[in-house]
Amino acid sequence: MANVLVFAETRNGEVRKIGLEVVTAGRKLADASGGGEVHALLAGPVGIGSHAAVLGAHGADVVIVVESADYTQFARESLAATVADRVRAGGYRAVLLGFSAQGRDLGPRVAARLDAPITTDVTDFSVSGDSISVKHPGYANKVNMTLVITGSPVVISVRPAAFTATESPKAGRVETAQAAAPTGATVKVTEVKEGAKGRPDLGEASIIISGGRGLKAAENFKLIEDLADAFGNAAVGATRAVTDDGWRPHSDQIGQTGRQVSPQLYVAVGISGAIQHLAGMRSSRTIVAINKDKEAPIFKVADYGIVGDVLEVIPALTAAVTEARKGH
Amino acid sequence: MKIAVCIKRTPDSESRFKIAASGAAIDETGLKFDIDDFAGYAVEAALQLNEKAGGGETVVIALGPDNVQESLRKAMSMGADRAVHLKADASPPDGIAVAKALAAELKGGGYDLVLFGKHAFDTSAGVVGTATAELLGVPCVTAASQLSVVGGKVIARRELEGAAEMVECPLPAVVTIDEGVARPRYPSLKGIMAAKKKPLESKSAQLGPIRVTASKAELPPDRPAGRILGEGIAAIPELVRLLQTEAKVI
Repeated sequence: MANVLVFAETRNGEVRKIGLEVVTAGRKLADASGGGEVHALLAGPVGIGSHAAVLGAHGADVVIVVESADYTQFARESLAATVADRVRAGGYRAVLLGFSAQGRDLGPRVAARLDAPITTDVTDFSVSGDSISVKHPGYANKVNMTLVITGSPVVISVRPAAFTATESPKAGRVETAQAAAPTGATVKVTEVKEGAKGRPDLGEASIIISGGRGLKAAENFKLIEDLADAFGNAAVGATRAVTDDGWRPHSDQIGQTGRQVSPQLYVAVGISGAIQHLAGMRSSRTIVAINKDKEAPIFKVADYGIVGDVLEVIPALTAAVTEARKGH
Repeated sequence: MKIAVCIKRTPDSESRFKIAASGAAIDETGLKFDIDDFAGYAVEAALQLNEKAGGGETVVIALGPDNVQESLRKAMSMGADRAVHLKADASPPDGIAVAKALAAELKGGGYDLVLFGKHAFDTSAGVVGTATAELLGVPCVTAASQLSVVGGKVIARRELEGAAEMVECPLPAVVTIDEGVARPRYPSLKGIMAAKKKPLESKSAQLGPIRVTASKAELPPDRPAGRILGEGIAAIPELVRLLQTEAKVI
C-alpha cells in the first residue's frame, strides 16, 4: 500500500481542470500501487476549502486544505515548501502535479527539496514493484520515451488532458494545514495580466483554430476569431512566423518552441505545415487544413483538407458551422 | 554582472529521427547537433544584459561528453568570455542528478545571475534550471518571456494559461528562458577566431545517483493519409458533414 499526494492546482480561487485530472491520475497510481490513499493538497486564498468536496468526488480520500492570504497569487516558494513538508510528514510514495504553468514551476522545486527523482509531462504510467514506468513524449513530441523512475518518494507531473477527470467518490475527509513560510529571497508577483476573456487556454481547449502567414495580414485574424466563435468554446493559436511578426502574442504560438496541443479538432488556416509547427499539433485527434497550395505539407497530416483562398473559404466556413450548430 | 549560462547540446530539431539498436534512444548517426534552442536564447540574453550594463563576465557551462565542447566554443564565438565543461559519459534523463552537478560547479562562483533554457529539446522535461536554483538556495523565475535587470532586481514576464504574470526577485537569482527574450546572434568571423583562444576548463561532473533512466524510445505512429475534399467554398458542405458525422465535433 502506498499513499499518493496530489497538488490540486487552483487559480483565482477556483480548482483548475488540471487539478481534477491530477486527482484522477493519483487515484490510478494509488490503485496500481496496491490500493493506497489519495491525499489532495488544496492550497489557495481564504475560502478555497469550500472546493474540497469536488476533490473527494473525484477520488481523494483526504483533502488537505491550506488557506493563506499569501495564496491570492502564485506563491511558488511557499507552495513548494508546503508540499515538501507534507510529503516528509506523510510518508508518501509519490507526488503528482499537472504539467501546467504552475506545475512546471513547482515540480522541480519539490523534487529538489525532497531529493526525489522527477519525471515531467507524463501521459501515462505503470507500476512494477518499486519502480514506476512513465510515458513521456520527448524531442518535442517526435519521440515517445518510456522512462523508469526508481526510489521513493518520486515526483511526477502529468500532461494536461492526458488523464480525463473522472468521478470516483471517496470520503474526501478534510484536514487543514499551515502554509509553510519560505526561507530566503522569493519571486514576487507584481501584476497578473489576464488574457482575452471567454476563450479557453490552448492546452485545455477541445477545439483550436490556428492561423498562419496565409492570412496575409494581422487584421485577418478576425476571421480566425469569428470561426472560433462559430464553434463555441474554441481557442485561437498561431504559427511561429505569425508570432515573430507580432501579429499575435508569443503565448499563442503552437509548435516546437511554443505550445504543444492535442485537441479534439485542430483547424489549420493558411498554415503550410513546417516541421516546427507540426511538432506542436500533430497529435490532435482530427486535423482540418485550409491552404491555397495543394502541395503544402500540412495536407499530409490533415484528415480533411480544402485547397483554396482562406480569405474566401473561412467566412463561408464560419457561416456553415454557425448554421450547423444552431440549436446548440 | 557575472552571469553563468548552462547550455545543452541537442540534435537539430528539424531532423528525421530513427531509433537506435538499443531501442531506448535515438540513433545519433548523421544528426546535426547544436546549442539547444532555449539555451541559445539564454546565451544571447546574457550577452545583451552584460552589453547593456557595459561590462561583466559571461561564463558558459555544459555537462556531457567531449563533444559538448563544440557548443561551448560556439557560445564563446557569440561572445561568452570563458567556458566550463563538466565531463560525463552522457547527460542523463535524471534532472536532479544533473542539477546537483551544476549546483556543485556554480556554488561559490560568485554569480549574480544564472540562466538556463526553460527546457531542452531532447528531454523536453524542464527540471534542471529550477532544481539547480533550489539546490543553490536562490530565487528562480521560470520560463521568462521578457527579462531585464534593474537596480539589482530581476524583472520578468511569464506566460500562464490565458494570462501573463509580471514578477521580480532580487539577485543573485536563476532565470529559465522561454521564447521571446532574445534571438541568438550568429557568431562573426572575428568571434570565431577569438573563441579559439578563450579559456575552456574541463573537469569531472559530480552527478548524483541516477534514478531516472530511459527504457524505450519509439516514433509516434504516422497519421493515416488524409483526404483533400475539394477546392474553395464548394468543399465546405462536405467538410461540415464529416465534422458532424465522422469527427463528431459539431
